[in-house]
Order: sequence, then C-alpha cells, then structure tokens
Amino acid sequence: MANEIRFKLNGSEIVYTGNPSMRLVEYLRGEKQLTGTKIGCKQGECGACSVIMDSELVNSCLVAMGRVNGAEVTTIEGYSKTEKFAALDKAFESVSAVQCGFCIPGMVLASESLLASNPHPTEEEIREGISGNLCRCTGYNSIVKAIEIAAEEGSGLW
Amino acid sequence: MKAISKSVPKRDHAAKISGSAVYVGDHPTDDLLFGRMLRSTKARARVLGVKLPVLPEGYFFIDKNDVPGDNEVHIILDDNPVFVEEIAEHIGDVIGVLAGTDEREVNILLKQIEVDYEELEPVFDPRKSDVAFFDFGYEKGDAEKAFAEADKIYEEDFETGLQEHMYLETNGIIAEFKDGKMYVRGSLQCPYFVHRAVMKATGLSSENVSVTQDVIGGAFGGKEDFPSILGCQVAVAAYKTKKPVRVVFDRHEDIEGTSKRHPSFCNYKAAVKDGQVTALEIDVLYDAGAYATMSMVVLQRGIIGCGGVYNVPNLKVRGQARKTNTVPNGAFRGFGGPQVFFAIEMLMTHIAKDLQMDSVDFKLKHVAKHNDLTSTSGRFHFPVPIPAMVKDITEASGYYSKKEAYKNQSGRFRRGIGLAAVYHGAGFTGNGERDLIKAVVQLRKDRDDNVEILTAITEMGQGVNTAFIKIVAQELGLPPERVILVPPDTARVPDSGPTVASRSVMTVGELLRRAAIRLKAEWRDGEEQLIEEHYKHPEYMIPFEMPAFRGDAYPTYSWAVNAVEVEIDTYTGFIDILGAWGSFDAGTPIDENIVIGQMEGGFLQSIGYAMMEKMTADKGYIRNNNFSDYIIPTAVDVPNMQVKLHVEDFPLGPYGAKGAGELPHVGGAPAVAEAIQNALGVNLHKIPFLAEDVMDVLRRKGGI
Ligand code: FES
Ligand code: FES
Repeated sequence: MANEIRFKLNGSEIVYTGNPSMRLVEYLRGEKQLTGTKIGCKQGECGACSVIMDSELVNSCLVAMGRVNGAEVTTIEGYSKTEKFAALDKAFESVSAVQCGFCIPGMVLASESLLASNPHPTEEEIREGISGNLCRCTGYNSIVKAIEIAAEEGSGLW
Repeated sequence: MKAISKSVPKRDHAAKISGSAVYVGDHPTDDLLFGRMLRSTKARARVLGVKLPVLPEGYFFIDKNDVPGDNEVHIILDDNPVFVEEIAEHIGDVIGVLAGTDEREVNILLKQIEVDYEELEPVFDPRKSDVAFFDFGYEKGDAEKAFAEADKIYEEDFETGLQEHMYLETNGIIAEFKDGKMYVRGSLQCPYFVHRAVMKATGLSSENVSVTQDVIGGAFGGKEDFPSILGCQVAVAAYKTKKPVRVVFDRHEDIEGTSKRHPSFCNYKAAVKDGQVTALEIDVLYDAGAYATMSMVVLQRGIIGCGGVYNVPNLKVRGQARKTNTVPNGAFRGFGGPQVFFAIEMLMTHIAKDLQMDSVDFKLKHVAKHNDLTSTSGRFHFPVPIPAMVKDITEASGYYSKKEAYKNQSGRFRRGIGLAAVYHGAGFTGNGERDLIKAVVQLRKDRDDNVEILTAITEMGQGVNTAFIKIVAQELGLPPERVILVPPDTARVPDSGPTVASRSVMTVGELLRRAAIRLKAEWRDGEEQLIEEHYKHPEYMIPFEMPAFRGDAYPTYSWAVNAVEVEIDTYTGFIDILGAWGSFDAGTPIDENIVIGQMEGGFLQSIGYAMMEKMTADKGYIRNNNFSDYIIPTAVDVPNMQVKLHVEDFPLGPYGAKGAGELPHVGGAPAVAEAIQNALGVNLHKIPFLAEDVMDVLRRKGGI
C-alpha cells in the first residue's frame, strides 16, 4: 500500500498506516506506550525525546512518521536490553547521576550516540556530545563523569 | 567521612534510567478526558461572559459555577481563586477548563470560545503598586544612632529578575471522582498541601480526598504551591464530569502560567565607621504577582537573610511583597534568599572597593562568629565555618593571585574573579515546625519483618528516599532491600509536612531515625508493629516572635562559599565561565554523591540566574516561553565546576545532617556578578547580567 510506513522499532518490524505527519514521539508514547521517551518541549530544544534512528541521535518530537519509513529506531526500552546499556547503567549508578530522571533516557541515548562515534572521548568532547540534552538537576558533572567511566569500563563495547 | 555518608545506588535509579518510571504524563490515557485551560488574555479585566461553541457529547466546560466548595485555593491567604470569580488578575488567569475525550478536538474547541471582557487598569511595576500583600519590618540595635555617628554612608539599589524553574517535566495532574471520593495524583512536592486545598475547593472531607505523588521530573519549588492551584482546577473538573481528567501542560503553558522566582528591588544603606559596617537600613520589595500564594514566607526569608553572613550590630529592615498583574510568583530553591544575598554581597564588594580593601578581606572582617547575634537577635548556636571555607576556596580557585592579575587589563578579553559567602537557614522559619507543621512519621513492620517508611516527603530526584532508607536501615541493622518506601498517598501516610525548606533529611530524617531506634528496642520477630514519632522542638531555640521578627529564625544554618572566574569578550559582550568553585556545609552528608549532586545542580542554576536566564513580562505577557528564549545552562557552559563538602555536624540532625537542597542556589549569582565587575572595572547592581548588559556598560564607559 502506498501510504504504508514500514520501519523497525527496537528490533521489531512495524507497519504504520496512520497519519504520516504524526510525530514519532506521539506514536511511541501514545500508540506504543513506550513512555521512556519523554516530552520536555516538543520543539526540538531539550533532548528529552531523544531516540536513535539509523545510528543517529534525533529528537523524536521533530520527526514525522513519514520520515521513519525504512529506518531503524531504538528507544530506551530497546536499548536498555543491550550490553552497552548495562555499562552506562552501572556507570550512572556509581556516581548517582540520575536525579529526577526526566532527561536521563535521552542522556543515555546521547551517550550511546557519542560513544558509538568516539569510544574514548575527552571531557570536552563528552560535554559537547551531550550539549543538546538539557538537564536541570545535576549540573552535568556527574553525567559527564558517568560517561567517562562507561567509556573506560566498557572499553571494547563501542 | 562517616560510614553513613558512603554512597549507595539510589533507590530510584533503575526505574528512571530504564525509562520504566511512571511520571504523570505516562499513565494510559484511554479512559480519561484531556483538559485544557481557558485563560485570560487580559492582564486585568472583568469577565463579563463566556460564549461556548456547541460542545459535542463527552465535552465539558468547567468554571467558577461548578466549584462545589469554596472558589479559593488554600495556600496562605487563599486569594487565588480556583477559577476567575469576576476579575481576571493576570494574563493566563484561569477562567475555566475545557475537557473532552480527544485532545486535538479540545484544542480546536478551546480556540472557539469567546470571552467578553471589560478591561481594567493593570499594574506591572511593583514600585508603582499600592497593594502590599505583606509589609513587615524589624530592628536590631540602634540603626539611627549608628548612621548619625558614621564616617561615611553608602546607599545603593539592587534588582534581580524573574527566574523560571525549567524543571524538565512540566506540571501535570490527574483527578478522578469515584464513589464519593476524590483521587488526585501528579507531579507535586507536597501531597498534604494539595490535599487540604482540594478539600476546601470540593467541600469533601479529609477521608474522601486522597492525593498521590507520581514520579516527579524536577521541581525546585515549582511544584510546591502551584500544584494546589492546578490540583483544585482538575479536581473540580473531575467532580463535574464524573470522569478522570488529566491536565499536563505543554512547555509554553507551563512557563506562562506557573510560578517563578520573585523579582526584587532592594534599597540598602550602610553606615561605616573605622572601616567597619556598623548599621544597615534595608528596604526589600518583592514582586508577588497577582495573588499572594507563597509570598509571605518567601518575603520573610528574604528579610531575615538580607544582612548576609555578617555581624552588623544595628539593623533596620522593612520588606514588602506587592501585587502586580502578572503570574503569581512562588517558591523557588533558595526561597527569597538569592535576591537579598546578591544585594548584600554586591554592597560589601562596593564598600570594600571604596575603602581600597580586597572584598574578601573586607567580608571576613564582618563575618558572624559562633554565638554572635543573628539579624533577628537570635544566636548562631553552632560554629560558623565561613573563614575556613573561604581559605579552601581562595586556594582552590587561586583567588588572590587572579584578583591581582586582573587589575588594569587591556585588550579584547578581560578576566575577573568573584567570591561570595552565604548561608541558608535550614528548615522552616521560626516556630513553623512546632506551631504549624507538627510533623509525624511512621514505621510499619510486617510479619516478614520488612519495614516500610511512611512519610509525606516526596522524592523529586534530590535523593531523599535513598537517604531515608539508609537512615532506617542503619539504625535497625537491616539490609536496605528490607526497607520499603513507595511514593506517598495521603490516604496511607501521616502528615510529615511538605517537601520544602531543606527540611526533609534534617527534620523528617531525624524523626525516622528516632522511630527506628524505638522499633529496634521494641522489635518482635514475625509480628506487625507500628511506630509513630512526632516532632520535638529544639530546646535551645530562642522563641521566634512575630511580627517583631525576634529570636531564632532557624534551628541552624547551612553555609557556602562560592568563587567564579569569568572571561568577557569586549567585542561581543559574551561572558564565558572559566571556573566555578564551591565549598558547602550541609552537615554530615547522608550520602556523599547525592549531596554533591545537589550542590552541583543548584550551583549551576545559580550561575544561570546571574548571567543567562532572563525572563521579562511584557505588559504582563511572558514572551520567553520556550527553551530558545529562556536559556538554561548546557553541559558546555560551566566546564570546570569543583564542589567540595565542608562538614559541621548539627547535633539535632540525623548523624549531623542539616539542610542541603537550597544552599547551592544562594551564592553562585553574587560570585558571578563580582567576577563580572572585577573584569569590567565597574559596580554591578542587577542580575541577570547578559552580553547586552556588558555592551551597555562598555558603551557608557566609552569603551575600556
Ligand atoms: S521534547 Fe523533543 S526536544 Fe524537547
Ligand atoms: S536528572 Fe532531572 S533533568 Fe536531568
């Protein structure tokens, strides 16, 4: 069918026939109950809705379903089953980098995206890499530290 | 470090990082109605009529006529109506709620509602407002005499701006009225505040209202008073429609329609004799916005702290919170402190400069000591660690050598360094805990010998659940997994007071510690047991007299010294933060990582407050209503922030802990401001201070 949108979500094949202008974040949260993807602004400014689409970090509030056709989308629910997540999870936990948690799924996916392209980033590169993801709670130090630890401890994963 | 301070994994870590934690916006929406607010578009106007489009079945409009109880939100003066009664007092004042099954349809219908207004004259500038919600004053010593005998008198005005909380999760509430009972849940700091407000608005009895906290995506005071307002509105909507109703704001609506930090206008006069400040006469003015909400308590904290960490023998203080036709301002981390600490810290640097002294040395000459009188003639009953902390921070930051090096700079880039010393009064003001809050906690042991903590305190990310579990587990000698703690529901937990005022660990944590000690003494294997503890007022406290503002305003104080170094591009005005150093004394940390995380997060907010976060209400309308027009710090803005903890045990806090949460939001801003004045060679009197303000100064100086 012409208006069919096919894509992969957390490893499963999806056929979507709804409105192609629906935002990906609405689809994930509303139709799939994948509520780990958060909404902080719906304007592409905060990064709370970050997901990984074809190895790129994107703000899912800016992605129309039409654009998802043929893509592979990973949300925190899918990512949290991976070994890489386990390394990040442990690192974030060890420095208590999770406060209110609202930015955190997005932050974790931003970390993944950064480490995937740069497995041993400097502190400056880490800060740059997560600068599209706002966090109002932590002051970022602990998150930066956690990513440093994950890069170190999870060496070889990325 | 004590054993208890050793960090453990946070109790809320796993659910949050995996995305499975349920915030208010994450509940399934199949059977509920989506509500949107009909808001006044006028800053002050009589609402003559509301013309609705034809509402399809399943759509409802709810307004003042539907409020079953009193059309007043119980906060302090209860002047904020649930829905506009007659006159809308600010742009965004809520006239009604439109609720229906399809969110898009609700939005379309909302736009078709016509409101007929008769416009009235609004007031936007608190200096021109003739309505003072609160007007307080107090004196210490004989300020008049000190001014008469002064060598020199200084007088300056200071201004601070609005600050938006910008928690990443907007406000949201779900209410359902079922079998005669009202169930309210959402993103809220203080379940019992909402509970009492909803009782009043619905006329329901205490047993028929239950308020539950969902996982909270940040609050910082922004979910302290405000959810009482939203809670009443949504509860009334649920009462009328007999369906669960959900209102979750989008970012614009959250910024335009919810509370912020009070803008301030302060006038300070200082009498100086022999190089010492002998008296201060201070006039504090806070812009309360359209309704009184929390302004009384915010103002009280402001006027108590307006003399800073200094021992000034003679004080004359007046403070007012005046009405303007803007969105009501409310609680925000620091709670009236950041405004006045900015003012006093700046004033001290200006006087020092005039006396040709280094500002830090001048401040140290005035710092209060153990047992000195406080501003309100109470006592600093415990050691004041400021000198030791100043030493640490001047060394860590290289303060003195930098200050020297940054004199007489030329060229495009100019650097500056500043240092501020501040306190935050830990816990409620005055006798609040004893007379108003009367906190209660419970520990419930089940037959399997697991112990549940029952308090009304909410986890917002600040780590209080982890801290409570550590305290109880430690006293009982139990592994932490055996200690249960779920988000509070007023139907199950006693009223341990609100999650505010940096009181949770210090006050409620201590009640839990005492409860755990009793449970251990009375422990019977395999039996159900319930232990209840009640607040006891510290005996050493000098009773706080109101309205005289005399006595111990706080049981103890938390202290901070912050230094910030900046580099300013004189071509663009851009202010770059090169480093930020903080020493914080919040007593014994119950968990080192958690307390450091609080300090780092608050310190960054305070830096943002000083030099990034600018919000203006243009004739009552807030245009900076998104993340691009209201800039908060990102990970690259303050790359070098170093935080350390200084520990002065508080004997009445659990293991020596005292208030932590608000402390870091007090001293960052004056440190930034002093660094900017150091770089530019001028005196600063306002924050936020942005690139355009730098350019303004440079223009006025004819370029430097
Ligand atoms: S919700 Fe998508 S970037 Fe903020
Ligand atoms: S942890 Fe709260 S916004 Fe990042």
